[in-house]
Amino acid sequence: MLKYTIQRILFMLLTLFVIIGMCFMLIRMLPPAQLDPTDIHKDIIEARREAMGYNKPLLVQFGIFLRDVLLHWDWGVSDKLYVGREVFSIFAEKMPATIIVNIYSIILSIPIGILLGIFAALKKNTWIDHTISTLTMVVISVPSFVYAFVIQYVFSYKLGWLPFLMNPGTDYFTWDMFVSMLPAVMSLSFGVIAGFTRTTRAELTEVLTSEFMLLARTKGLTKAQATIRHALKNCMVVILPSIFGQFIGVMSGSLIIEKIFSIPGVGQLYINSINAPDYPMFIMNTAFYTTIGLAASIVVDISYGLIDPRIRMGSKK
Amino acid sequence: MNTTYEYIPKEKFEFKQLDANLHDKKLETKSRGYFADAMIRFKKNKSSVVAAWIILFLVVFSILSPIISINDIKTYDDTYTNHPPFIKAIADMEIGIFDGAIPRKSQSETQKLIWEAIGKETGLNPVIRVVGTTVQQEKYRGQMRDVTYYELENNKYYERGIVYRVLSYEEFAKIQQFQNETGIQVIYPYVESKDINGIKDNPNIWYAVSDAKGTPKLDKNGDFIPVYSTNEAMAGAEYNSLRIEGDPGNYIYSYAKSGAVHVRICYYNYYQYVNGHEPTFLFGTNVLGQCIFTAIGVGARFSLIFAVIVSAINLTIGAIYGAIQGYYGGAVDMVMDRIADILNGIPFIVVTTLFQLHLAQKVGILPSFLFAFVLTGWLGMAALTRKQFYRFKGQEFVLAARTLGASDWRLMFKHIFPNSLGTIITSCALVIPGVINSETSMTYLGIINLQETFGTSIGVLMSQGQTAMTSAPHAMIFPSIFISLLLISFNLFGNGLRDAFNPSMRGVDD
Repeated sequence: MLKYTIQRILFMLLTLFVIIGMCFMLIRMLPPAQLDPTDIHKDIIEARREAMGYNKPLLVQFGIFLRDVLLHWDWGVSDKLYVGREVFSIFAEKMPATIIVNIYSIILSIPIGILLGIFAALKKNTWIDHTISTLTMVVISVPSFVYAFVIQYVFSYKLGWLPFLMNPGTDYFTWDMFVSMLPAVMSLSFGVIAGFTRTTRAELTEVLTSEFMLLARTKGLTKAQATIRHALKNCMVVILPSIFGQFIGVMSGSLIIEKIFSIPGVGQLYINSINAPDYPMFIMNTAFYTTIGLAASIVVDISYGLIDPRIRMGSKK
Repeated sequence: MNTTYEYIPKEKFEFKQLDANLHDKKLETKSRGYFADAMIRFKKNKSSVVAAWIILFLVVFSILSPIISINDIKTYDDTYTNHPPFIKAIADMEIGIFDGAIPRKSQSETQKLIWEAIGKETGLNPVIRVVGTTVQQEKYRGQMRDVTYYELENNKYYERGIVYRVLSYEEFAKIQQFQNETGIQVIYPYVESKDINGIKDNPNIWYAVSDAKGTPKLDKNGDFIPVYSTNEAMAGAEYNSLRIEGDPGNYIYSYAKSGAVHVRICYYNYYQYVNGHEPTFLFGTNVLGQCIFTAIGVGARFSLIFAVIVSAINLTIGAIYGAIQGYYGGAVDMVMDRIADILNGIPFIVVTTLFQLHLAQKVGILPSFLFAFVLTGWLGMAALTRKQFYRFKGQEFVLAARTLGASDWRLMFKHIFPNSLGTIITSCALVIPGVINSETSMTYLGIINLQETFGTSIGVLMSQGQTAMTSAPHAMIFPSIFISLLLISFNLFGNGLRDAFNPSMRGVDD
């Protein structure tokens, strides 16, 4: 298990290195952003660019970039969006909003999703199951900006219960702020709920038909006892890793939802850095998103082994 | 009991059957192939069949709507922007649909009279119905008095009423000719601002007013008093065309303005002069003034064709890659798998952006967008094919073919591949909605701008709709319905296909 984990992590670092290397080269091959000659930050940025080796060969530039990042955690300065400021400090400022909104959405949606899934599986092939399954299908298919629109239109405009956009500012734990986050949280939750409902239902229906369930009933457990003690535990082999994956994924947020509800998070920062375009910001964000994606998949894979000894044994051979 | 079997007389034997030959009965039923069998299973799944019909309908819609629509996607009117659905013939029936209605809340008495004056003058009354009235006590010049506020439903197309335009003499003559031919009044008599309390910015006032807000002075019958200009000296050009009702013959229809004429025209009728037909928008217009009915068709055509092309390319690349991986296995598999892993780690948005930055200038926006989809899109298909190959390559029929001397290539694509075809085709049906979804998201976010090449796309339409969501919800609703319906039915259809082709997979989602 340990060997496998180390292998996976080493390979992840290699992948990350290759991807960032490619992105970096491709970006540096483009002419750097034109600076406004009247801007007071012009001299700073030009000096920084000189130090980062903008006029040297690409490989040397990449070397300098790696050295700066690894030794000093220095990702360069923004040259379009937040002229002259450190890329990483801006990024760190944007992080909390994304994480908070996504954590709320996960806290809201995972229990609902799993409960709906259990419910559907227990009532398999009844109208309840059919309704839940069809709704799940529908919800998964519809893109998130459609929910965002429906929620904004119904709750914010027609009923007037919720604000249209998230409040500006950084006091994330006030009641007002929470209410203003709700539309975004709801829009994010639909997809997650549907995903968990589907996984839970599929797993649980499979487990419920297995023979140990029959044995559990034969030895005198009630249906509820058997389901909770035996069936659900087996389901968790699949569900828990995806929960872990979700939690890693909270950091990346949602590009579209953050744009619509004007959440000052990393997703919006990313979109802005693409549209500006602000290359140092873009490279930093790309590195971040790639890391998150790879990390999530590793966490999911490894947690399978941690939860279920049978899978752990399998990986040894 | 004494029975001897040694001698049984011959006559005791009798023939059971003599009249026909004895052999197995011929099979009455027709034999069914794999695809026919799958088809029967597919038809049993009602929701998938319905989804298939909906897809067909949406495809036909996207092909036909730009053809049958009278509004072109590239030429659009910049005045009728974000206007609700409107069809004159249905609006005239007054049944509450397609009447271009928008709610106007708390309108003052004066404002209501201004709306009504538009109807009086042009014959196109913007007020469809009065939804409710509220009476409020308000302080006016030191005294409390009742002020009535109306909640109206107005026709947004008629509300525009009269607008000022500066026309060349040539254009002015052309409109007169149009008026003579069709009998539609476009140009209305000129009103001098000195006659209407100095109001300069509201072309809709043609009656005597008592203040600068446009409150009308009514005569004793409660009618508006027209104050059209009769000052011949100011007339800009000769006018010998339709005159409005009640014109004694001396109203002037234009106002001289340094080499051109300044006129009041009824915009609704002017639209007919410019476009040759009345404004007719089945789904309304968007923020640019494009007809949404046409725009959805154009956007959907693009989405569908694009998704099909992307799926076809990805299917081919993925199948070949996966086949090689799965068939040879071992070191080849490992190296190819690592390459796939690295590609898999790149977020899609990064690929799109980098291709846009590098290739869009050289090969165009669309091909670079296509490359972005192809670069990582085939990975899923390759993994699937690889799995299928691992499943089949050890089986006896492959061994038999190999013993007969079949080449690797033949084994791969004649013997193993057809067996995994069902799985591959069905996953293709599930790839299409995925491609449409990502494409819509990218255009929605504005990372890809297809407006110049294609006129529009569903994602662009929706991001435009989002900007005026409260005042013009229709601009968001129709594209939303379309895209949701398309994606839902594609997913249902794909699931149905998968269940039909692999009955053992039924109920297993992913």
